[in-house]
Amino acid sequence: MSTLIQTDRFVLSDTERSAIEHEMHHYEDPRAASIEALKIVQKERGWVPDGAADAIGAILGIPASDVEGVATFYSQIFRQPVGRHIIRVCDSMTCFIGGHESILGSIKNHLGIAPGQTTADGRFTLLPVCCLGNCDKAPALMIDDDTFGNVDAGSVAQLLEAYA
Amino acid sequence: MILTSMGPANRIARSAETHPLTWRLRDDGEPVWLAEYQAKNGYTAARKALVDMAQADIVQTVKDSGLKGRGGAGFPTGVKWGLMPNDESMNIRYLLCNADEMEPNTWKDRMLMEQQPHLLIEGMLISARALKAYRGYIFLRGEYVDAARNLNKAIDEAKAAGLLGKNILGSGFDFELFVHTGAGRYICGEETALINSLEGRRANPRSKPPFPAAVGVWGKPTCVNNVETLCNVPAIVGNGVDWYKSLARAGSEDHGTKLMGFSGKVKNPGLWELPFGVPARELFEDYAGGMRDGFKLKAWQPGGAGTGFLLPEHLDAPMFAGGIAKVGTRMGTGLALAVDDSINMVSLLRNMEEFFARESCGWCTPCRDGLPWSVKVLRALERGDGQAGDLETLEQLVTSLGPGRTFCAHAPGAVEPLGSALKYFRPEFEAGIAKQAAAVPA
Repeated sequence: MSTLIQTDRFVLSDTERSAIEHEMHHYEDPRAASIEALKIVQKERGWVPDGAADAIGAILGIPASDVEGVATFYSQIFRQPVGRHIIRVCDSMTCFIGGHESILGSIKNHLGIAPGQTTADGRFTLLPVCCLGNCDKAPALMIDDDTFGNVDAGSVAQLLEAYA
Repeated sequence: MILTSMGPANRIARSAETHPLTWRLRDDGEPVWLAEYQAKNGYTAARKALVDMAQADIVQTVKDSGLKGRGGAGFPTGVKWGLMPNDESMNIRYLLCNADEMEPNTWKDRMLMEQQPHLLIEGMLISARALKAYRGYIFLRGEYVDAARNLNKAIDEAKAAGLLGKNILGSGFDFELFVHTGAGRYICGEETALINSLEGRRANPRSKPPFPAAVGVWGKPTCVNNVETLCNVPAIVGNGVDWYKSLARAGSEDHGTKLMGFSGKVKNPGLWELPFGVPARELFEDYAGGMRDGFKLKAWQPGGAGTGFLLPEHLDAPMFAGGIAKVGTRMGTGLALAVDDSINMVSLLRNMEEFFARESCGWCTPCRDGLPWSVKVLRALERGDGQAGDLETLEQLVTSLGPGRTFCAHAPGAVEPLGSALKYFRPEFEAGIAKQAAAVPA
């Protein structure tokens, strides 16, 4: 049983550290790499654990509170554990007209999760997302980095099968 | 790999003379890489701009062309460029490409970046020369993973070919270009919020003035232009102002072509490059094929979530800023949406205002508090739980979140469709109150 309070010190891996240091040099001010640094950590770990803000802030030379402020502002930075796969369902008005609410209903039936929730087995997290720019093929959704169009409520379960 | 942005734009007849943005698209939807782009006349305009033209002449050409921003606001690009300081000592300048395409029902920049990354790079190279910018960033939304991959590959190709980097084409001009990917939040598309986000801050908009041209990213002179705007620049420089001004239909006050589309329950939803001034009806009937069988057009929006709803009778309006203004709203991004007769306007507006409320950055009070209030009222009306006075509350929100009342254009964009829906479909909103009143025993 894990403790409620995380006491392990957060340490960046060498890969994470060198990727963040590489990004810093694309900008006049290292702070500009803060969002990318959070994405680097998230790529390795799935989410941004407590303590990452201190470690990133130390590299970029900015307060941890600034890093945390950025981490909590952006919707695609996750400050709590998420599933192995992220389902992003486009909720633009075009996909609304295309029936995205029935897709959300189908996911709810199949996986038992609503937007913002993660399956108990840690396989999927469901999130809403701004217009995916796939409006001629509405309704659209993304699973991880894959975009799907003309999705219908009946075929969602089949799409999800490919993501173990 | 065939890109998902492959669509009707690839299939209509196109030529270099009439379709400057899309004539190089491949029939198979694959990206146009450097060799093919150059074989199709690519980077000849960049050579002309960097080697043969004086910097000031490029700015003047774009000014004379009448090119207007394609991100939705339609501000004249040449005027924006002209705001950059003349002071030569301010020699660190930036060109930012706004590729944070998240406006609901907008998918034009994605197609350009996925299929023709070199067109954007050439547009940025010429524009950077005109603006004396030594470095550019493409601010790309994180979800556009195919666009990021293709842009990065194209940048590598351009660097290897000496089209980016030091002393480009022997002109003495240096320019480096980076792709910066975001992490969500629609507000990043507001140009000063975009600058904050690029700097690694929360994407709250900045106070204007000073404008980015004077004080932009890291306090340096900065120009922010949309993807499609920048993609217009090579052909304007290459073919000249007279050619550009000959593209639009008669009667249009705007020049050139525009990526326009129609989506919703139309027969053939899609995106096409069309001349400004084309009647919306032509776009709807000839290109999108009209409504699918069994559905009737109830309302339409000319260009994105932040534009107002119009009625079927307004389809005769020509698609240019002034033409759409005449029927009461803005052309926006020019990618229209058909609302069919199966859609309840209260439910549609509830969906839209949920989006705008969620995406408010929370910086100014009217937007942060007003948009969730509109959602609360719309949800109640949708359930049939509306109170007397709810429509007046919504109308008040339309006014008090309107232009000039908030820190940026987010809230005004959110209430424009709401105001027009209340104007044209008032009984649907009233029905949300009537249901409850009818349920109360006499």
